[in-house]
Amino acid sequence: MPFTCITLTTMTENGDATPLVSLVGVNKHFGALHVLKNIDLTVDRGEVLVVIGPSGGGKSTLCRTINRLETIDEGQIIFDGTPLPEEGRALARLRSEVGMVFQSFNLFAHKTILGNVTLGPMKVRKKARKEASTRAMELLDRVGIANQADKYPAQLSGGQQQRVAIARALAMDPKLILFDEPTSALDPEMVQEVLDVMIGLARDGMTMVVVTHEMGFARRAANRVVFMADGQIIEQNTPDEFFTNARTDRARDFLSKILTH
Amino acid sequence: MDELIEYAPDLLAGFAENLKLSAVCGVLSLIFGTILVGIRVSPTPVLRAAGTAYVNIARNTPLTLVLAFSSLGLSDQIGLIFSDEPSTNGFWLVVLGLTAYTSTFVCESLRSGINTVPFGQAEAARAIGLTFLQSLSLIILPQAFRAVIAPLGNVMIAMIKNTTVAIAAGYLADVAFVMKDTFDTTGVSIPIFLGIVVAFMVVVLPIGFLTGWLAKRLAVAR
Ligand SMILES: Nc1ncnc2c1ncn2[C@@H]1O[C@H](COP(=O)(O)OP(=O)(O)O)[C@@H](O)[C@H]1O
Ligand SMILES: [Mg+2]
Repeated sequence: MPFTCITLTTMTENGDATPLVSLVGVNKHFGALHVLKNIDLTVDRGEVLVVIGPSGGGKSTLCRTINRLETIDEGQIIFDGTPLPEEGRALARLRSEVGMVFQSFNLFAHKTILGNVTLGPMKVRKKARKEASTRAMELLDRVGIANQADKYPAQLSGGQQQRVAIARALAMDPKLILFDEPTSALDPEMVQEVLDVMIGLARDGMTMVVVTHEMGFARRAANRVVFMADGQIIEQNTPDEFFTNARTDRARDFLSKILTH
Repeated sequence: MDELIEYAPDLLAGFAENLKLSAVCGVLSLIFGTILVGIRVSPTPVLRAAGTAYVNIARNTPLTLVLAFSSLGLSDQIGLIFSDEPSTNGFWLVVLGLTAYTSTFVCESLRSGINTVPFGQAEAARAIGLTFLQSLSLIILPQAFRAVIAPLGNVMIAMIKNTTVAIAAGYLADVAFVMKDTFDTTGVSIPIFLGIVVAFMVVVLPIGFLTGWLAKRLAVAR
């Protein structure tokens, strides 16, 4: 069954209706493995897109092509009106506008929490230390970690580290944040504190692409759910429709597995 | 014992040369070793290949040959002259050869340090928009250094001991040369021998302790 395309155009304050990200005919191989098969996808400004699907389906790879942590073999990715730069300074600048939150946090282990959040603004945006610190403390306060600013990542719990990672991404004032299974490495009792921060961001109008199996988050915060398997987008829909009325067998089968477990 | 006391001033002057060489080569090898490792992990294949070739050649050549090459090859044949004063020229030829050699060991220690830094650190660095050189200098190398402080200490210790082959570059002033020179007049003297051993131990042992202590103190918690 061919997938149906549903466009949920979210107009932002500035009224710009062109998509923030669009992928057109994107193909990607890892050797003989075809991980992204003819992907067409747009992300509108202010939209929260949840990507869901079985492990190995290509969700992380899809996410990582958007800031070119993975290159693509074919097709085009347009971010904010321009094709992704291939390399060099232009690519670094693009990446500074796209935040990324990893499953394993990846906080800079030799830097304090504050140092993690101020590094990008100081070294990439060339802001003064004082200005960067003030802003960093605001963001750390927002994610509830301000009182840990002088500690090192290893001294924090997973949930705290992930909230710092979100603050680090926010410090760059990104136009988009990519989340690749941000709660999958967390102990169950820490999942909600991270999701709460993400829901807050979604409410504030941040454009987000979130790979996650957290249905609660998808229902509360997502505008659209994209179901991916075997390197293809199998179907996409609003969260309510997708979770209650999935159209494809693949999706229904997948949902029955994550629901019963 | 008498010979040791009698020749102590000469021997100490010689040993001071070893310390001078050690200080200069130590600083320069750390700098060039760091540049070299940057080349070895650079995204440009040609640079990487050149770095690998250099490291493998310099590291696997006996040091006496490296020094002889820097003196007989580079200086006498090609005409690389640091100074008209022969002893100053000799000093810098030793520095050149010993640094060229020791840098490769610094480089390889750092490279094994880079391998201890989780891949996610570099990805996070790139993801916030740091360039390759920024990621390397701000994120990867600071963590790599801390992981290999003890091995780097060993490289420095080996380098200090290696200053005693300065004679191979025609530099006739270090303690090993003074010792040999003294033996030529007095005959072999066990006390002089032991005196030099003690002098090296006084310098080298604290470095071992210090780097061992720093390695623990500066270890990156993950
Ligand atoms: N760097 C890589 N090299 C080779 N194969 C990879 C690499 N990254 C991912 N893959 C493979 O690509 C497929 C898709 O992976 P991924 O995008 O991580 O899926 P998901 O995030 O949906 O679990 C998997 O089969 C995975 O093993
Ligand atoms: Mg994944």
